[in-house]
Amino acid sequence: MRVELQDIQKIFDQVRANDGISLVLEPGRIYGLLGENGAGKSTLMKILSGYQQPTNGTIRLDGQDTSFSSPSDALCRGIGMLYQDPLDFPALPAVENYQLAYQDNLLLDLKSGAEHLRAYGQRFGFAIDPHAYIDTLTLGERQQAELIRLLSLGAEVLILDEPTTGISAEQKEVLFNTMRHLAHDEQKIIILVSHKLEEVQQLCDEVVVLRQGKLMGTRSMPSPTSELVRLMFGGEIARAQKQLFESGRCVLKMEHVTVRSEDLTIQDISLTIREGEVLGLAGLEGSGQQVLLQACAGLLPSSAGKILLDDATVKGKHSGFYWIARLAPGVFAIVIVWLLIRLFGGHIAGLDFAGGAAISLLISGLIWLIGTILVAWTDQSPYHAFQQRGGAYVPAGRLEEGLIPGLTISEHMALAAPTHTFVVDWEQIRSQTVDRIQRYNIVGQPETLVDGLSGGNQQRAMIAFLNQPLRLLLLEHPTRGLDVTSTNWIWELFQERRREGTAIIFTSADLDELLEQSDRIAVFSGGVMSRILNAGETSVDELGHLIGGQEL
Amino acid sequence: MTDQIIRRIWPIAPISLALALITLLMIVVGANPLTVYQALFDGSFGGREQSLSTLAFWVPLLLCSTGLLVTFTAGLWNIGVEGQMIAGSLGASAVALMVAKPNPSIPGWVILPLAIVVAMLSGALWAALAAILKTRGRIHEIFGGVALNNLAAIATIYLISGPWQPPEGGSLRGTVPFPTQALFPLMGTSRFSPLSLILALVALVLVALALRGTFWGLKLKAQGKNLRSAFLLGVPSEREAINAMMVCGALAGLAGAVRVLSWFDSLRQSISGGIGFLAILVVLLAGTRPLWTLLIGLFFSALLNGGTFVHSRVQLHSSLSGLIQGTLVLFVLLLGDYTRIFRRKKTVMEAISDHE
Repeated sequence: MRVELQDIQKIFDQVRANDGISLVLEPGRIYGLLGENGAGKSTLMKILSGYQQPTNGTIRLDGQDTSFSSPSDALCRGIGMLYQDPLDFPALPAVENYQLAYQDNLLLDLKSGAEHLRAYGQRFGFAIDPHAYIDTLTLGERQQAELIRLLSLGAEVLILDEPTTGISAEQKEVLFNTMRHLAHDEQKIIILVSHKLEEVQQLCDEVVVLRQGKLMGTRSMPSPTSELVRLMFGGEIARAQKQLFESGRCVLKMEHVTVRSEDLTIQDISLTIREGEVLGLAGLEGSGQQVLLQACAGLLPSSAGKILLDDATVKGKHSGFYWIARLAPGVFAIVIVWLLIRLFGGHIAGLDFAGGAAISLLISGLIWLIGTILVAWTDQSPYHAFQQRGGAYVPAGRLEEGLIPGLTISEHMALAAPTHTFVVDWEQIRSQTVDRIQRYNIVGQPETLVDGLSGGNQQRAMIAFLNQPLRLLLLEHPTRGLDVTSTNWIWELFQERRREGTAIIFTSADLDELLEQSDRIAVFSGGVMSRILNAGETSVDELGHLIGGQEL
Repeated sequence: MTDQIIRRIWPIAPISLALALITLLMIVVGANPLTVYQALFDGSFGGREQSLSTLAFWVPLLLCSTGLLVTFTAGLWNIGVEGQMIAGSLGASAVALMVAKPNPSIPGWVILPLAIVVAMLSGALWAALAAILKTRGRIHEIFGGVALNNLAAIATIYLISGPWQPPEGGSLRGTVPFPTQALFPLMGTSRFSPLSLILALVALVLVALALRGTFWGLKLKAQGKNLRSAFLLGVPSEREAINAMMVCGALAGLAGAVRVLSWFDSLRQSISGGIGFLAILVVLLAGTRPLWTLLIGLFFSALLNGGTFVHSRVQLHSSLSGLIQGTLVLFVLLLGDYTRIFRRKKTVMEAISDHE
């Protein structure tokens, strides 16, 4: 099957995720799809696999115009996608999961399903026990099971989204051999979506590079790495040597810090940031940059090492009322002992044992309850202590973490203000909000609900809510979704802050931004932080390699 | 503009639809709907006695719904309001039986405020327990609330049949009548106390003002709409959750005091009469708007009070009120959310992509 994409466009409110992409995919070849985060790879593949409809443009299969209503529709016509997180049912055995693909059958034919799984497995060297539950399989095995399902349903085009993340080297070898076999012997089209240049070079016959929604070019492999990196990240830009802030006071110091988050552990991180310094964090999404920022902000506890903000640990306040709640079991124990003495001393009057125990239980419960309420009233979380000491954290999720849908811009201003009055002075808040709206160029009124703002305006609003002055500013993708003018404006405001002595740590997917705005850059790859590079002495090329996990 | 108006008066829609359906039902069973509604009205507002009875029923309902305005704003489902009300009535009864009864010389203006304060404290602590179970024990407030409701009911039965049993012997009906100085001053022979209504209205006004104008209200609103963002913007979420629950608990506790000290004159087995649950329905129906809470609460107490009258007048069973109430719940759940109904329908694929 021959696949043609013609002038594919996908526009999400003002953002052009795909901008006029035309491609021809020939059978029997393995294509690599390269590009940074947000380059439009996933959108393009979602369109090709029927998950989303393009705003404009056509898909042709063997010369015929086609449009897909859903992923299963696309699969019926031979286009299957293997997602990074396999779309399977962890609670089912492999064979039942497999049989779910055959929804037209009335009876569940597990026997033939198991045979299918075995037969395909033997052909490709996969070893899947048909009766093993999906959640007991490794990610690689789940991937294999998915692959078998897609092939048995007649997929002619296979899209693999970051297939080597989280699987063993051995499984990767098997996977790559299978891909070569499917393409070169069975004339299927394989599309490998990946960040890892090394793998693309190993496997692909041809590479397609996207950047900011546009097709930057296609190259036949082998092709030099530097060439691909240049296509992915844009040309080398000459940069002025920056002044390093050696002289300022140290704002943040991390010493051998280890942080465990739900799905990632970053280990043994040590770094120092001085007043007015900007540290950029590069890396693929979820490589540990966010974990680092959240640990600095006191949102994630560190399991080892020290994080010092202005020479003091970032920690919450524990209440002095803690002892009241602890008193409760003591009271209970004392009363029980007293009751026991009375019971065996033979002198029983008034309360019987059970009644006494019940009352002492009640009293200690009450003490515990009141103590706990007092503790909750007076405790302060580490994050709020961090805020109080002049720290700020701007998360990446706008409506999930940064803003409150259903509240107006003024209401956010009132919440974020450093001091509060019991009755909110809406007049004053309103005039402040009008100021910030102007200064940060937000298209909206003080009474506009934040969920009514466009993405870029939400981003600017989150930055507008930051207070003056700050000691440490932690930013996740501060300019994501902004156009060039707003980006420059926002950075000018940040530069102003750094002149006032604010230290800034930010993450970004845009390597040009990282190189232009930071003094120093650290690159994360799979939870490991690289040595810290001076922004003036590194290049897109070097960063690209470090991001992909290759040390130069 | 018209959209705004429709949104404002929207709560009328499910009520009228439910009434239409009930009317149809009456016609089917051969009753004249006009007579029935006349009887319902006469039973609730037909005379001085009926009106006062309706008001007396309304006061605790109003108090509970006022408290729920706070918790719903904070995004908490305080199902435990029923138990908090019971806890309040236990507190009030304790004052009446253990302080007022042995000391008849203490005047009413000391005993009654004491009973009220103790009732509010008991309700607040009972609510704090549910809040702490949520924030420190990760038990959702709905489950914690249901469990605590049961515990409160069991405690009532234990007290009635145990320590506070009347001297003539154990029955599950109730305690001995409280001394009059512990009771709310009642109007004539009715069970309505103007003082309790004043307290309830003051509470509603204060809560409405607090939610609208104070920083505390803004914090609760923020937390109710997005807990994580609110926390990151600086709201101490645990503290505010406990505070919201305790305010609600205190008002429910006051409602409990009103139940034992004016509706009844003693602690009874089912002291709450389901008013807490009814209040949840009222606040949901009112879309957490104070004025509508007031009106809808009054409508429900009139409905329930009129129900008994319907039986004697038109020989329809008094469960008619329950039927109307049940139909209302269904229609409110179906049609109550204005924005949900009039929003553009999404295709399945859009919904999935949104979810990502």
